[in-house]
Amino acid sequence: MKRRDFIQKTATGSAILALPSLPLMSFGKPDIKHLTILHTNDVHSHIDPFPADDSRNPNKGGVSRRASLIDSIRKENPNVLLLDAGDIFQGTPYFNYYGGELEFKLMSMLKYDLATMGNHDFDNGIEGFYAQLPHAKFDFVSANYDFKNTILNEIVKPYKVFNKGGIKIGVFGLGIKLEGLVDKKMYQETVYNNPIETAEEMTRILKHEEKCDLIICLSHLGYHYQNAPENISDLNLAKKTKDIDLIIGGHTHTFLEKPTIVLNKMGEQTLVNQVGCYGINLGRIDFYFDYNKNKTHEGRTIVV
Amino acid sequence: MVNLKKYNALSRYFVLILTVFTLLSCAEKKLYVDKIEGKQIPVTESFSQTQSIEDFIAPYRKHIDDDLNTVLAYAPESIDKKGMWQTKIGNLQSTVTLASSNKIFQMRENKSVDICLLNNGGIRAIINKGNITTRTAFELMPFENNLVVVALKGEQIVEMVNYIIEKKTPHPLAGLTFTIDKNNVAKNILVQNKPLDLQKTYYVATNDYLYNGGDNMNFFKKSTAVFDLDYKVRNVWVDYFKEVDTIPILTDIRIVKEN
Repeated sequence: MKRRDFIQKTATGSAILALPSLPLMSFGKPDIKHLTILHTNDVHSHIDPFPADDSRNPNKGGVSRRASLIDSIRKENPNVLLLDAGDIFQGTPYFNYYGGELEFKLMSMLKYDLATMGNHDFDNGIEGFYAQLPHAKFDFVSANYDFKNTILNEIVKPYKVFNKGGIKIGVFGLGIKLEGLVDKKMYQETVYNNPIETAEEMTRILKHEEKCDLIICLSHLGYHYQNAPENISDLNLAKKTKDIDLIIGGHTHTFLEKPTIVLNKMGEQTLVNQVGCYGINLGRIDFYFDYNKNKTHEGRTIVV
Repeated sequence: MVNLKKYNALSRYFVLILTVFTLLSCAEKKLYVDKIEGKQIPVTESFSQTQSIEDFIAPYRKHIDDDLNTVLAYAPESIDKKGMWQTKIGNLQSTVTLASSNKIFQMRENKSVDICLLNNGGIRAIINKGNITTRTAFELMPFENNLVVVALKGEQIVEMVNYIIEKKTPHPLAGLTFTIDKNNVAKNILVQNKPLDLQKTYYVATNDYLYNGGDNMNFFKKSTAVFDLDYKVRNVWVDYFKEVDTIPILTDIRIVKEN
């Protein structure tokens, strides 16, 4: 038998064998239904674990341990998105000495997929951040910072769409108001736009134009402000928007016992999570997908 | 080769089936989230270290440790933050900062710095008795703030004095002394040992955080000029520690409170 005949025969044969699972194979999507989102926030240059005699967090954290934890999860499910919600910089001499180079290189070794910018990521100025970008093999997103008149124009994009085994995941970033928090000479001509209006635009694009199956917001707005409950925060963002499946937060260094379920403006459940700071914890959210005719947002089960 | 035609026919038929299936599933089947599980995993010793990552970090860590552990000076006793109106560490920081900012300001602007005001909250550690290393400077000042010199009129110096009386916080202060009488009013305000002149312009060294409104030091907003010294607050400490051998203990009273 000639090689071509063999290929043709084999191809037809395996196509017939694959018949029973055809509905799931349509659109060319393979049959994967499990996506794992892993996330960190406010790691603040904490590369080494806290020392054993630390009064608050003895022996906790450490990039090299986080790496083996993430590795073991990737072995269990290769469909992983690894995200960071900002404030990668500032907090240990690693940043003072190397300006964020080591942080970015290590995150690249851990195969981070995406991050957003926290206020401390401006600590060496917008140029200082830009200078370290060649060390990052992952992208940054921020939808409400308008970088048009800065060197980050077209580099930090509003959102990114991932395709993980046929599941389309749209991730957009939101940053905190910089005025009063960061010196103007650091953030320069960066314009801060309203997070809620921005989120509405992002969800419209990601759901209807990009046709994403899942929408995630990477936020550095802060979880909640007890003394100013009306201030924009992840909880308020979740309440006042729709179509966001998960908000991964940062900035307030909030340690949660478990992710918070919030009803959005359509009365649908959305999830807000944040894992403290300094790489002490890794957040893990597992999404299980299915195909069905009439199942809607309310049909989902959330186990936290 | 004989069977090839049959297979071709079959595969054409198959393509038709596939198309129908695809159309049907487009109409009916949509990917949806069925279940979500969320949790957080503490990063503890139970996870082994990753050797490749450890090896990658090692040279960076060694360079920093070698540098930070270099002994620069010696503290004969602990220099702490205790005190109602002034502290040993506040006196030291403001005195040192006034001197080093004055040196730069003289050179660049040919003018003298009269006062130094910093914030108590900006001192993030104390100096323990014993050896002082570069690490000490990082612990005292982990942030990247710069020194600035701000031009203020005498009237704003009065506002500064009133602010200090109102806040009752021992902010590091040098070059300015005054007395708080029993009615909580300032008297005998001296700048560089001379009575305060309301019309005069004074040059005040501070950090960019306070100049930009930090700790509600709003009098800085009324400045007539500002000069960025491009000198990190931390590096003031580092350079000072390199310069001295034994750290002096400054217990002089800069703010007198009458009862």
